[in-house]
Amino acid sequence: MVLVETRALVKRFGAFTAVDGISFKVERGEVVGFLGPNGAGKSTAMRVIAGFLEPTEGSAYVAGHDSQLDPVGARQSLGYLPEGAPAYPDMTVGAFLEFVAAMRGLSKPTTRERLGELIERIDLAEVWGRRIEALSKGYKRRVGIAQALVHDPDVLILDEPTDGLDPNQKHEMRELIRTLAPNKAIVVSTHILEEVEAICTRAIIIARGKLMADATPAEILARAPPRDPAIQQLVRTTPLEDAFRHITLESAGS
Amino acid sequence: MSKTLLIFRREFAGYFATPLATVFLVVFLAISAGMTFFVANFFDRGQADMNAFFLWHPWLYLVLMPAIGMRLWAEERRSGTIELLMTLPVRPWQLVVGKWLAAWAFAGLALALSAPLWITVNYLGSPDNGVILACYIGSWLMAGSFLAISACVSALTKNQVLAFIGAVVAGFVFVMAGFDLVLAAVRPWAPDIVVQAIASMSFIGHFQRITDGVLEVPALVFFISLIVFALWLNVQALDARKAA
Repeated sequence: MVLVETRALVKRFGAFTAVDGISFKVERGEVVGFLGPNGAGKSTAMRVIAGFLEPTEGSAYVAGHDSQLDPVGARQSLGYLPEGAPAYPDMTVGAFLEFVAAMRGLSKPTTRERLGELIERIDLAEVWGRRIEALSKGYKRRVGIAQALVHDPDVLILDEPTDGLDPNQKHEMRELIRTLAPNKAIVVSTHILEEVEAICTRAIIIARGKLMADATPAEILARAPPRDPAIQQLVRTTPLEDAFRHITLESAGS
Repeated sequence: MSKTLLIFRREFAGYFATPLATVFLVVFLAISAGMTFFVANFFDRGQADMNAFFLWHPWLYLVLMPAIGMRLWAEERRSGTIELLMTLPVRPWQLVVGKWLAAWAFAGLALALSAPLWITVNYLGSPDNGVILACYIGSWLMAGSFLAISACVSALTKNQVLAFIGAVVAGFVFVMAGFDLVLAAVRPWAPDIVVQAIASMSFIGHFQRITDGVLEVPALVFFISLIVFALWLNVQALDARKAA
């Protein structure tokens, strides 16, 4: 079942084309890694799918709802973690999550049940009564994830969910995404390539707004250029890094 | 409707999460009391009314209402929470109305805290309390108009200082609209109907008619329709930013 779909999505800011004709589908059970250099258009594409920005051309669908024509329907099935995991600094973690749950139309008993589950799963009990401005980066990111999961959505769009986390927290976050995966369609943006191998069933690489590759991590690995044994590498790279560099630099014409 | 109420509650509580609320309330009461007693000579007038208090409200609000309204959208845009808010299953107008209501209720609280003055007037003489009530309602509606304008300007920027200055400038136009200074500049070249239209936009003119003791329907309609129009513009401003 296709839960996320974009059709020839274009987003321009003035003369600058941030997203240039991207089409892809994500089915239930898939975790798709959104890869690309900084400024490639990852966040912009995610914002358009989430309905925060209007596409200049093309359309995006979340669980079958057009994100422009039926925004409320699309958003009901969507959990979205914006870049930087923004949250109201003056609220406590508990008050913030209860606010989001209420805005999503969850009843009080459902909210209590869902939040109880999330506190366990995301380990938020310790900071429940603390103001968000006083949280560490790791906890802030977890609050952002909890906020996206509160209504148990079919679709998750996570913009850099592991950014700024320490290695242990990164590991936990990846495990969480893995456990959520079977019942949802998940799109995760990252520039950490090991993450793609660890959690993604598919990887989409974009550079300069264009879709450069849409394949399984193994297939992308196969696109790594052969190494010339004569050249001594100053910095050791993994084969996946080689493939990524090859695919994204190709678009820059170098 | 319930979502509007949720936004209202969060936003209203937001004022009290920082010292902003206390600072604002103290400044509002101090300035309005100062104007009443020292500039308008409340006691020397020897009249049992509150005109000395209400007289200054258009000028007071010109600066103080943008101070309440500037954060409404600019802060959300700066911190990125607007992305969260605008991807929740709500309609933009619900957010716009909820936020404005919170700011308006806060202004109402500031106004209500001037009650000791009203008690004093009643203790010293026997004022026409109907007129005083009309003045309070008129003043609150005028505050709502300033706030709707401020919210609308705030939706255009992520810089709170710019939002503040923009709102003061826009408010200043409405305050000054009835003055001869403005009308004399327009009269020589514009048809009479334009001059009258500009004059009829005057906050001070409408407010004065209310403080004169009649809760005039046209003045009320003016402030209410201005609020509705500014909130509508606010929704349009949010939509425009989505397409930008």
